[in-house]
Amino acid sequence: MRTPWALNPRRLAAVARKEFIHVLRDPRALGIAIVLPIILLMIFGYALTLDLDRVPLAVWDQSRTPQSRELVSRFEGSRYFNVMAMSGNYEEVSASINARQTLMALVIPVDFGRRVGSGRTAQVQVVADGSDANTTTLALSYAESIVRTHSMEILGEKARRLTGHPLTLPLELRLRAWFNTDLESRIFIVPGLIAVIMMLITALLTSLTVAREWETGTMEQLISTPLRSSELILGKLAPYFVIGMVDMLLSVLAGRFLFDVPIRGSLLLLFTVSAIYLVGALSLGIFISAKAKTQLLASQAAFVATFLPAFLLSGFMFDIGNMPRVLQVVTYLIPARYFVTFLRGLYLKGTGLTQLWPECLLLVAFGALMLLLAIQSFKKRLA
Amino acid sequence: MSDFAVTLRDLERRFGAFVAVNRINLDVRRGEIFGFLGPNGAGKSTTIRMLCGLLEPSGGHGTVAGHDIRTQREAIKRCIGYMSQKFSLYDDLTVEENIDFYSGIYRIPKAKKAARKAWVLDMAHLQAHRHTRTGQLPGGWKQRLSLGCALLHEPQVLFLDEPTSGVDPLSRRAFWDLIYEMAGQGVTVFVTTHYMEEAEYCDRLALIYRGELVALGTPGEMKERLMTDQVLCVTCDRSHEAMGLAAAVEGVRDAALFGRDIHLMTEDAVALAPRLRRTLTEAGFEVGTVERITPSLEDVFVSLIEARDRADGAQKEFSA
Repeated sequence: MRTPWALNPRRLAAVARKEFIHVLRDPRALGIAIVLPIILLMIFGYALTLDLDRVPLAVWDQSRTPQSRELVSRFEGSRYFNVMAMSGNYEEVSASINARQTLMALVIPVDFGRRVGSGRTAQVQVVADGSDANTTTLALSYAESIVRTHSMEILGEKARRLTGHPLTLPLELRLRAWFNTDLESRIFIVPGLIAVIMMLITALLTSLTVAREWETGTMEQLISTPLRSSELILGKLAPYFVIGMVDMLLSVLAGRFLFDVPIRGSLLLLFTVSAIYLVGALSLGIFISAKAKTQLLASQAAFVATFLPAFLLSGFMFDIGNMPRVLQVVTYLIPARYFVTFLRGLYLKGTGLTQLWPECLLLVAFGALMLLLAIQSFKKRLA
Repeated sequence: MSDFAVTLRDLERRFGAFVAVNRINLDVRRGEIFGFLGPNGAGKSTTIRMLCGLLEPSGGHGTVAGHDIRTQREAIKRCIGYMSQKFSLYDDLTVEENIDFYSGIYRIPKAKKAARKAWVLDMAHLQAHRHTRTGQLPGGWKQRLSLGCALLHEPQVLFLDEPTSGVDPLSRRAFWDLIYEMAGQGVTVFVTTHYMEEAEYCDRLALIYRGELVALGTPGEMKERLMTDQVLCVTCDRSHEAMGLAAAVEGVRDAALFGRDIHLMTEDAVALAPRLRRTLTEAGFEVGTVERITPSLEDVFVSLIEARDRADGAQKEFSA
């Protein structure tokens, strides 16, 4: 009696060859495999950005003095704001915010120029659309920073005129953000996106493959033959492994050349660990498929079991440190969490195995465990 | 090596409270064409699946090609061919790709591979269609290809589960020629069917009904010995109406329509014939011939199944 783990290469090759033909002749599968990752890359790379750029701004300058124009030019010169409208009254300000033409309005009172010129405190008003709290908080802090900087400049100018010396501040802050100097969220998102794409595509594709054979009745024929479950499962993995690696390459190339995300770590390590993660994700899909036995149930289960955790709980979009304690504990069970950490470390910091070995080790364990489960879950039995 | 390709002892399969196969005993000799008959849901497919190692028996024992169906399932799978009720090759693969796939699964030796493939293509008359997608073939052709793939590795025992359902009569005849050819080469063929004319082609038959073995024997034995009733064939106008009347005549056990004839089961055909003719004529029917005939297999099965139903009904009344 031979163990179920024994493998016959000819049978394995026969299954792999058949599966390749299935994929190549199924336009839907090819669509999921190639088009879907490209769409995801475009959405997350271009459209979805956590940065706030060029907040549309309305300006109502009642003062119309050199001093007020100076302040407006500070806003215009900043990359964070884009002056969209010059308003003449409050109605216009509120109309442009209501129409979502602008997100914020700068209102400069009539006496602004006079008060600044005479050295007294002048007031400026910033009105913001508070319906999107996150964006508004960010925009308000930009506005505050521009106004404060400008007010320091006025103060400095005054001091220079009075004393003949430029004003020296007691403290000076020098900001420097390592690894992502420009603090662009794209640089942060794209590496994590690889983890989400690989998990989603491969689990979606493989979740159908075993269930389909149960539905069409071909499985009954297969289990009447000497084919072993290890040969069947590994044979089924083969074409999807190739697809997964192509998607991975696609994401890496898009990241490097389309989104200018630098890769600071070793490419060899990147591809090796990705391959391991891929085996785990594929096996998870097969496992779901073998348990579900219908394609509809399998694809829904695959979506819930892979995409949602990889998207929400991996730290790809939402910082794990900010999650409630219970959810934080749950994230330790999500393999994508380790892969996202690994990808960001390797991409942005250029770290290697010396720092990332715990993540790599856990991913190897995930891959091996899932493969084992997938092979074991498949029973050569009808009921 | 035993003389039997299949032996079953008290084989049983339950699904929850439902007994699909109830303690079946039978032996199939090597090289025999063994027919397994019964209405839909009688337990034919369940039995065949247990024999092929696809389902675990709930009770009893069995061997296929000398291997135990409980403990040596994988050994069995190497020496059997199986064709399930549903067409189960890959529609999106070509004829040749399907053959190559099974050739790999059964590990046909490299030296033999090309010859076996040519044999299947010839047998199924698909030489000209080797590059056609299997899904585009007509039903009868698919059936032949399935048979070919099940025979690629030259199995000792071939299990066919309703191989000709949904196939036109001409293809069905051609398919049976192939089955004879296999049997001639020493392959044991275990085939389920519900076509009575196909039952006549088998060397031996088993009739299964509600999970139980009702009768076992050659088609000839079944017709001669198992039939306690005699059959009276009546030709008559408005046979459908006449049947209702005939069934009520004293001495008639059962009545059934066969085409435009009425077949009546009775213990004594000679005594019944004049009585029946009188009754029908008095009721205004034009009666043609009334004669005792040799029962067909269908008569035998209808009679056996109805006898079984009567016995079950009596038992229910008794226990109530």
